[in-house]
Amino acid sequence: MAQFLFEADLHGLLKLDTPIPNAPPARWQRKAKESGPGPSPVGMSPMKPANRSHSSSKTPSKTPGKSGSKIQNTPTKAGGDRYIPNRSTMQMEMANFLLTKENDPAEESPTKKEQQKAWAVNLNGFDVEEAKILRLSGKPQNAPEGYQNNLKVLYSQKMTPGSSRKNSRYIPSMPDRILDAPEIRNDYYLNLIDWSSQNFLAVALDNSVYLWNHASGEIIQLLQMEYPDVYISSVSWIKEGNYLAVGTSSAEVQLWDIQQQKRLRNMTSHCARVGSLSWNSYILSSGARTGHIHHHDVRVAEHHVATLAGHTQEVCGLKWSLDGRYLASGGNDNLVNVWPCTQGGGGDFAPVQTFTQHQGAVKAVAWCPWQMNVLATGGGTSDRHIRIWNVCSGACLSTVDAHSQVCSILWSTNYKEFISGHGFAQNQLVLWKYPTMTKVAELQGHTARILNLTMSPDGTTVASAAADETLRLWRCFEMDPIKKKEKEKANSAKSSIIHQSIR
Amino acid sequence: AAQQLGREHQGITLRGSAELVAEFFSYGINSILYQRGIYPPETFTRVQKYGLTLLVTTDPELTNYLNNVTEQMKEWLYKCIVQRLVVVISSIESNEVLERWQFDIECDKTAKDDNGPREKSQKAIQDEIRSVIRQITATVTFLPLLESACAFDLLIYTDKDLAVPEKWEESGPQFVTNSEEVRLRSFTTTIHKVNTMVAYKKDSVP
Repeated sequence: MAQFLFEADLHGLLKLDTPIPNAPPARWQRKAKESGPGPSPVGMSPMKPANRSHSSSKTPSKTPGKSGSKIQNTPTKAGGDRYIPNRSTMQMEMANFLLTKENDPAEESPTKKEQQKAWAVNLNGFDVEEAKILRLSGKPQNAPEGYQNNLKVLYSQKMTPGSSRKNSRYIPSMPDRILDAPEIRNDYYLNLIDWSSQNFLAVALDNSVYLWNHASGEIIQLLQMEYPDVYISSVSWIKEGNYLAVGTSSAEVQLWDIQQQKRLRNMTSHCARVGSLSWNSYILSSGARTGHIHHHDVRVAEHHVATLAGHTQEVCGLKWSLDGRYLASGGNDNLVNVWPCTQGGGGDFAPVQTFTQHQGAVKAVAWCPWQMNVLATGGGTSDRHIRIWNVCSGACLSTVDAHSQVCSILWSTNYKEFISGHGFAQNQLVLWKYPTMTKVAELQGHTARILNLTMSPDGTTVASAAADETLRLWRCFEMDPIKKKEKEKANSAKSSIIHQSIR
Repeated sequence: AAQQLGREHQGITLRGSAELVAEFFSYGINSILYQRGIYPPETFTRVQKYGLTLLVTTDPELTNYLNNVTEQMKEWLYKCIVQRLVVVISSIESNEVLERWQFDIECDKTAKDDNGPREKSQKAIQDEIRSVIRQITATVTFLPLLESACAFDLLIYTDKDLAVPEKWEESGPQFVTNSEEVRLRSFTTTIHKVNTMVAYKKDSVP
């Protein structure tokens, strides 16, 4: 076998009609390229050294690199009865070495041989004496003409042109306010902002938590971690808005009283940072980097009342449903688990649903406020899709490709819409109509990826925190004053039959 | 019964191991083709495997091609004569190698002599495979963008004295020049061990 290679190499070296490297391609070469990759000869015997002109348009031409071969492109069809060497599969350096080796004394010390062998293995990636590389011919046609590599399309997403549909409301394209958020940690897996029912926006900046009073504009520093190198990994307001739960990188879950600005409890049960928190009346659930979720009953001393083990990697998305029946969790293992609020027969918590469709970490998890059992989830960079699920049947109701990492999803209470926050390349917020899944608006402005979203208690404003160290407040769910009055009337006088008929 | 494919509680036999590894390659290659955008995403469909949702191609020609490779791999794995499987991604226009996925295979040749199956649960192997496939999916977060349309090539490193079957031809290693390498997780069936790594072009623009 080897002698044929040698002969071929020798032939190749002696030929004078090798093309000039780095010259503009000759006319016949250009023509050959134009005629496109010819049909690959299936079943061709690999043993014929004299005619190597197989469909070489697929073989790469390499610049001098690891294996050091000098390559020139050879045409496929031109000059049919000439022997045209296929240099891309030849290893010139190896051939040269083998040639010159003949002249050297055959005696080599064993260590030298070992050394040479080691070099050969290193250079070639395999032991030339021991292995050979095979390639299956007859590769199927590539993607059709006009198929642009999806990734390029993905990352050159232009803003969607203004929709021809008339928007029934005006959504301002600029944020209402921009707040400074210096030192905010640019970590996708953390949940650093939350807005309370008392209209305080809590923001975790590295090792401190600041409260911003939306009504007055006042800023208070609530707390700062005592130990250096410990940072805050999650914040979550209790429903009433008087207590704030804080998860830290030192695996603690702290409970703070806002009025007194004092720490009430420090609950330790995890062994890794706590990146996600969610309240269900007096139960606080925390998700850690180990993939475990703990339930804490904050009223009692023995706070750790349950452990849910459903993830093998960091739990970054955690949300109780609004009726408190289910807990949805998303992890870095690309899984979404839906847990019941009560234990099963065996005393163990097992998820009622596990969704594996996402191809990336699931941090965006949100329950629909107007339809029971409907959950929205969004995937990270490898996935980029938003999925809507019915957690009772386990069916995926809709999927949409958002073309960008999804960090957060919030449903609107004022409109039948939801909003999602994204990263590269546009760092935008997108409003979607539900259930048609059409884009209502895109809000641009952030200059780095969005990390978290949270909504004001009146449901009109969405705050986004991004890696560009700003917090932007977008007034995208502003209620129409007429509609607002109607809603208020409807809420206050539900039992009145006369009002129902007006609606 | 001894020739059973080692699926259930029988443990892992050589044939079973070869099947598991060949299957992994089939799904792994499909995942790479999807994630790197070699073929349009709409030509892929979702299937459940290893407790994950994976994407496999629906293109009949491509499926056929990959099946040929998988079948051949099964045979060679069983005979313990294959050392490496490489997926080479190169630009169609310039023929430059942009990315190179290398799966090293270490085969325990004593398994050929043993008659009894090895002790390792299917689940443990599945978990390991699942980790590797998830890592492959996640590599899109750091691999450089493939700007132009690309084609892929499959290379198999076999023992030197193997008779080259029909449809296969010899080839060079097709390295990536000026590359950055990342090693991914490995998995083992106790008979075959697979190490995965990906080499890509180092960014010339800082």
